[in-house]
Amino acid sequence: MPDTLMNRETMQALSKRVLAMSSADETRVNITSAASGNTRFAAGDITTSGDVDNTLISITSTVDGRRASTTTNLIDDASLKRAVDTALRLAKLSPRDPELVPELGPQQYQDVIASNSDVSNLGATARARAVEQLITATRSPGGAMPIDPASLFVAGFLEANGTADCVATSKGLFAYHASTDVSLSCTARTPDGTGSGYASSGGRSWTSIDPSALGRRAAQKAFASRNPVAIEPGRYTVILEPRAVADFIPGLVGSLNARSADEGRSAFSRKGGGTKIGEKIVDERVTLLSDPFDPDLLGQPFDTDGLPLKRVVWIENGVLKNLAYSRFWAQKQGVEPTGGAGGGFGRNPAGLKLTGGSKSVDQLIAETPRGVLVTHFFYIRSLDQRTVLLTGLTRDGTFLIENGKISKSIKNFRWNDSPLLSLARLADIGKPEPIEAGLVMPALKINDFTFSSLSDAV
Amino acid sequence: MTSRRDFLRTTALGAVAIAGTAGFTHAARAESLLRKSHGDSGDPMANEIALAAIQAAKDAGASYSDARVGRYRRQFVAAREHQITGVSDSESFGIGVRAVVNGAWGFAATRDVSRAGAVRVAQEAVQVARAAHTVQRTPVVLAPTPAVTGTWRTPVQQDPIDIPIEDKVALLLAANEAALKVPGVRFANSGLALLREEKTLATTDGTLVTQTFIRVGPSFTVTAIGDGDFQSYTEELAPRGSGWEYITALDMPGNAPKWAALAAEKLTARSVDVGRYDLILDPTNLWLTIHESVGHPTELDRARGYEANYAGTSFVAPPEKMMGKLKYGSRLMNIQADRVQQDSLSQCAWDDEGVAAESWMLIKDGVFHDYQTVRDQAPAIASLNGVNHSHGCSFADSWDSVQFQRMPNVSLLPGEHDSTIDDIIADTDRGIVIKNRGSWSIDQQRYNFQFSGQVFYEVKKGKITGMLKDVAYQARTPDFWSSMDMIGGKRSYWLGGTFSDGKGQPGQSSSVSHGCVPARFRQVNIINTARSV
Repeated sequence: MPDTLMNRETMQALSKRVLAMSSADETRVNITSAASGNTRFAAGDITTSGDVDNTLISITSTVDGRRASTTTNLIDDASLKRAVDTALRLAKLSPRDPELVPELGPQQYQDVIASNSDVSNLGATARARAVEQLITATRSPGGAMPIDPASLFVAGFLEANGTADCVATSKGLFAYHASTDVSLSCTARTPDGTGSGYASSGGRSWTSIDPSALGRRAAQKAFASRNPVAIEPGRYTVILEPRAVADFIPGLVGSLNARSADEGRSAFSRKGGGTKIGEKIVDERVTLLSDPFDPDLLGQPFDTDGLPLKRVVWIENGVLKNLAYSRFWAQKQGVEPTGGAGGGFGRNPAGLKLTGGSKSVDQLIAETPRGVLVTHFFYIRSLDQRTVLLTGLTRDGTFLIENGKISKSIKNFRWNDSPLLSLARLADIGKPEPIEAGLVMPALKINDFTFSSLSDAV
Repeated sequence: MTSRRDFLRTTALGAVAIAGTAGFTHAARAESLLRKSHGDSGDPMANEIALAAIQAAKDAGASYSDARVGRYRRQFVAAREHQITGVSDSESFGIGVRAVVNGAWGFAATRDVSRAGAVRVAQEAVQVARAAHTVQRTPVVLAPTPAVTGTWRTPVQQDPIDIPIEDKVALLLAANEAALKVPGVRFANSGLALLREEKTLATTDGTLVTQTFIRVGPSFTVTAIGDGDFQSYTEELAPRGSGWEYITALDMPGNAPKWAALAAEKLTARSVDVGRYDLILDPTNLWLTIHESVGHPTELDRARGYEANYAGTSFVAPPEKMMGKLKYGSRLMNIQADRVQQDSLSQCAWDDEGVAAESWMLIKDGVFHDYQTVRDQAPAIASLNGVNHSHGCSFADSWDSVQFQRMPNVSLLPGEHDSTIDDIIADTDRGIVIKNRGSWSIDQQRYNFQFSGQVFYEVKKGKITGMLKDVAYQARTPDFWSSMDMIGGKRSYWLGGTFSDGKGQPGQSSSVSHGCVPARFRQVNIINTARSV
């Protein structure tokens, strides 16, 4: 990865340079400096590998109650001045924004140490070595090997990122945060095209990732999933592995928006007006939170406005405790802003954690007389915002559980179900596991999950 | 070295637009038009830096290298109800260099577009390739392509970036204003995404080209609130490789009341009864079904497993069992791939490997014919299709992304009879008409899909009898396309598209258009998407 990441002092100096150029009533500067390295592989070969560095500077100008922004990656004086002038010009040409909230002054931030040199030092050679290690492990995965493991088709991706973010305003605010994240995933497919297995791991540190273990796991799943049989679509008890839960639950987070709920266009709108805050909405074992200081998450402690982010518990013991309030909507409703008021499938910069129980996936399987085990999901899309109804497909390892054991590989399904309604039908909850940087999810056992049709895809 | 302002000006003046390659023209025509712009030199500064980069890669031991200098301007304006929620303008400038060393790929990119930056990043790309070589078993082989020089620019009347921001703001607010006058309609969102991308490509094969792409993407959504219910309607305003004149022609303020009324009408629409219906898909809906169920599975890199870990593979594999053999759909199904259609998002003169744009058939009379290819994939099927060159599908979404196989325009060609959707409705006993894109999802081999829409109409005995809601159709790709028994003619051809087709790791987003005519599909499974909390 290129050694070009900006430190606090460089960012502070750059943001001061930009602020000094602006004659707007208020100016905010957001800078992101990024350096990343990635290696992609397929058919046992590296297909692409690259190192990239970039710096993005966004300038938001406010003048006479009007606001606009520009972004550039050119940091010479002339280019920055042009970007500053464009932001001002666009702001002047924009109509007054009745929802405008003033830029923030100085804030107190608690530092989050989220950078690891083992990630920033992961160069092309180290990445190639890790890929080789993973591919080698697929050749000797252990356990039953019904076919020659050397015939597996192995594809995957390793990515290491270093990011530094800062926010500075003309009112004296300055916030800085540096982080690293790394992820490795792989898919192994059997040569007859009937079996496919997936494994992935990620976090803020490279040492927590074991390429060999991932290779073995993907290969074992590929072998075990060969020659799937079709079972009737319908309602099944499912065990979603943590990766599948991580695909599914963030679909709910996008709906946790206070304004949409207050406006009567959300699953969290109360009939007759207002929101469902304070109401029990899912099983009482469910607690969902964002917390930049949680050692499992190590998120960013501020949002793009520079607003300090705190621990926010969205759902506590099944009760809706909070919705995401932007600064404008919080002011209007007389509450504290939560920051990170995203929409859609957005991730909260403070991270996301679904706390749970202590059971392993194996234990959950052992306690299930009949059910379906899901490795992960694909192509999830919203079907109906009123119930957070989503659709998607199972992928790369779907198995039938009978009498507490995996009995056979089954064909993939399309499902139509809602994370909100699923959490209300919760049967059990596993041990939370790190999925990727800023995301921790447990396995979930859900009753009556709706598989609507079969998919021939492997 | 020229200043950056000179860079912009020179590129604009140096551009020679290719005149209308409309509709269903073939490669030969595109190529003859292209010749007009051959030999133009593009921008001297970008050329010099790109050439310095590939020379540095060669000096460091690369057997092949290409460098792309890219400058991307993007402008977004968004409005909700009576206010503007965002005005932003962005530019991104940088260089990306690819190198082949000992048969392995390496890539590196930087925002430092100087001679020194270009040399550093080229050497880095070579180092990355050397590292990859330690694992490499099969060396990269590139299909040959002739060296070309020249410039090209999207043919537009008015560059949308240059239109005053006041006009853009006024247009969106007028559209919202008009929509909010419709009873029951409470929320209105509209937006404009406007892009200008300039790209210079140099390759060690002797190619040096500069292209300027202009694209516009309008959007419009309204929400009506009823008794304990809410319904939204999004008009299908196709993004295009067009100028501001396209936005003006859409007349968003004039049409907004009509669009808004549809959201209000959805509140009282009848919830669909599940079952099998004859499905009549308007082009505003069908384009996305083509994208997902034909566009993606006919990508050669997917068919060969290169997307297995992310976007997925394809049921159209292995190539030797599929080409000229797989019955994909009914005889009415003729699917063309191209990068030459006027106003389309994939239109260009050369792809990101310097391969000239062309058009070719993917599916002929319902039988799978050929794939989408790039230079390092085309050789794998050359013995099967007799095509020794790439079809020109290489694209990177930014200077800091590595180019790879991306979808060209993939379009359903019109039928022989010049019929319209009204003729299809009149011929249908019991069916549902679907317009605009709703929810969409398809499996990783592109068999099982489920799509929704924005508005749905019940058809009985050849007539529309009322509006339905909560409709989605679910099918298996070859069954679905085999059930197509009636399609519209030339007159009903319409070009849809998207700015955000995702593929690859790290993820890249590309723009692609899909032309099509209305079509009828027999006895398709319809599900009801309504649930109660």
